[in-house]
Amino acid sequence: MNPTIDARGLSCPQPVILVMGRIREQRKGVIEILVDTDTAKENVSRAARSKGWEVDRIERDRTGYRIVIRKE
Amino acid sequence: MRMNNVLATRWGVIGAGAVIGVLAALLQKLGNPGNMGICVACFERDIAGALGLHRADVVQYLRPEIPGFVLGAFLAALLFREFRPRAGSAPIVRFILGAFAMIGALVFLGCPWRAMLRLAGGDLNAVLGIAGLVFGVWVGTLFLKNGYTLGRAQAASKTAGVIMPLMALGSLLLMFIYPQIQEEGISGVLFYSTKGPGSMHAPLLVSLATGLVVGGIAQQSRFCTMGALRDLILFGQTHLLGGVIALVLSASLANLVFGQFSPGFIGQPVAHSMHFWNFAGMALAGLAFSLAGGCPGRQLFLSGEGDGDAAVFVIGMVSGAAFAHNFGLASSPSGIGPLGATAVGIGLVVCLLIGWGMRARGI
Repeated sequence: MNPTIDARGLSCPQPVILVMGRIREQRKGVIEILVDTDTAKENVSRAARSKGWEVDRIERDRTGYRIVIRKE
Repeated sequence: MRMNNVLATRWGVIGAGAVIGVLAALLQKLGNPGNMGICVACFERDIAGALGLHRADVVQYLRPEIPGFVLGAFLAALLFREFRPRAGSAPIVRFILGAFAMIGALVFLGCPWRAMLRLAGGDLNAVLGIAGLVFGVWVGTLFLKNGYTLGRAQAASKTAGVIMPLMALGSLLLMFIYPQIQEEGISGVLFYSTKGPGSMHAPLLVSLATGLVVGGIAQQSRFCTMGALRDLILFGQTHLLGGVIALVLSASLANLVFGQFSPGFIGQPVAHSMHFWNFAGMALAGLAFSLAGGCPGRQLFLSGEGDGDAAVFVIGMVSGAAFAHNFGLASSPSGIGPLGATAVGIGLVVCLLIGWGMRARGI
């Protein structure tokens, strides 16, 4: 099960706050994040990497991006 | 699929900051006021004056840099498929935050960009302003940690997204229809200062071209002076801070080369030395920027990429500037305005109430 964080429509820095909060609770595994702007996509990816998570893939869809991050 | 965004990398944002610093120093060399090569707050205030929303005759000029920022960001967003019209995240709150951000900035006499440029020109009063900015942003991060949010924006129609770029275009058209007339304070519907900072400006096309370039690179690099401090305080991240430091260093070097560097507290251009109020004004502005999610420059670039909420913040700032000069809230080189202190107090109370009141409810 990949828990999804829906950060669409939220302005800076809330997408990153949500992801950082989830990373603190869930030390490893897979997290899916939905964002709607390129800035949020970059910020979330950068924050995840800074915490030792790998950005597995980023898919563009009609409402924005689906980001999948992973830590073993 | 687009190529990777080079400007959004660590070195990209540092490069963007460095270029903006040099261009700002150059605009000053070519005619903009002292340590005001670029100042989003001052320039929006001048635009409010040009439109007659306030009648302070020393600060009236429809600064082409501002519409240039919006249109540059708009074009960059279109080019890189980042134009995403969106709106609906607490617009009235953003309007009020914009208005008080402007009032605070005009007590200090500058937005965060100008605070950095004042420092780069040797104006040590800026240190108090920057300290206030850091304090205000820090207070904002306390609210963010406790679930503060203005709620979600929704995707909006293209029509909504192009309104701000069209307003920018319209204001530029006004300048061409009613150009400045030598020694005249008015041309058609526009006011033009014949003395004071509003009368000092680089040539129109130079200002506009610089605005377009800065708008483009700032949109792509996500350059944000408030975000730089907020990300450092909140996450320990220095990504955006690199850009701000690069701006200060490059502008300092350019100022030395152009002979525009003069260190000290006294006699600095468009500045006063009331240390407490420099700190408090910028603390109010910093808190408001932090609660609204971006410095005034960033709000312009966001409005260019279709963010209707950022556009409302900008309109709030322009309205705040009109109030600031009509009500005697804005400072001058001789010190704060008659009601400046009262306005900072009211602004801080309002922003704190917004910070406390706007909490997440199942977003």
